[in-house]
Amino acid sequence: MSWAAVVFFILGVFFALTGHLGLLKAPDVYTRLQTSSTCSTTSVLSILVACMLLSGISPFTGKVAAITIFFIITNPVATHIIARYAWEEGIVPWRRQQ
Amino acid sequence: MEFSLPVIIDWTIAFLLGSCIVGIIRIIIGPTTADRLTALNLVGSQVIALLVVTAFRAGSPVYLDVAMVYSVFGFLGVLAITRYLSKRSNSK
Repeated sequence: MSWAAVVFFILGVFFALTGHLGLLKAPDVYTRLQTSSTCSTTSVLSILVACMLLSGISPFTGKVAAITIFFIITNPVATHIIARYAWEEGIVPWRRQQ
Repeated sequence: MEFSLPVIIDWTIAFLLGSCIVGIIRIIIGPTTADRLTALNLVGSQVIALLVVTAFRAGSPVYLDVAMVYSVFGFLGVLAITRYLSKRSNSK
């Protein structure tokens, strides 16, 4: 069980690294939103699953599972709210210059 | 360099703290408000992961309640900021 947890920790760190790279280097609001949202969801999910694998069957695991379910529901919804706000503000999506 | 479990957990905590600094850089230099909200959402999710890993490392489930409340208020904060700043809700 410990090796699976180590694999999930490394996976979470890798996803967070790609997400922050996209947040710094992407050219537009929508591209930054896409990279940071997908990578943050998967990285936090991986780290929480690693903590659940490490702690076994206990009340700790139950609390972490509640946090995981709430996070899976709310983080894409928050991303959608931010994207709709950016669209209503009139921000034009970025296109590669010809 | 050994790859035991406490070393991995310590490096994960250090990486999450450093990634919060990267998000705060984007909050400072972001050109528009949506950029700042994106980076704020990302920093909030990293802090949730940081709190859960800290709770496992310290062995105390008190941090998990903090993580739950932080998750709820992060979502409500994004919702309130966008609703307050959007043009449609101001015109009604």
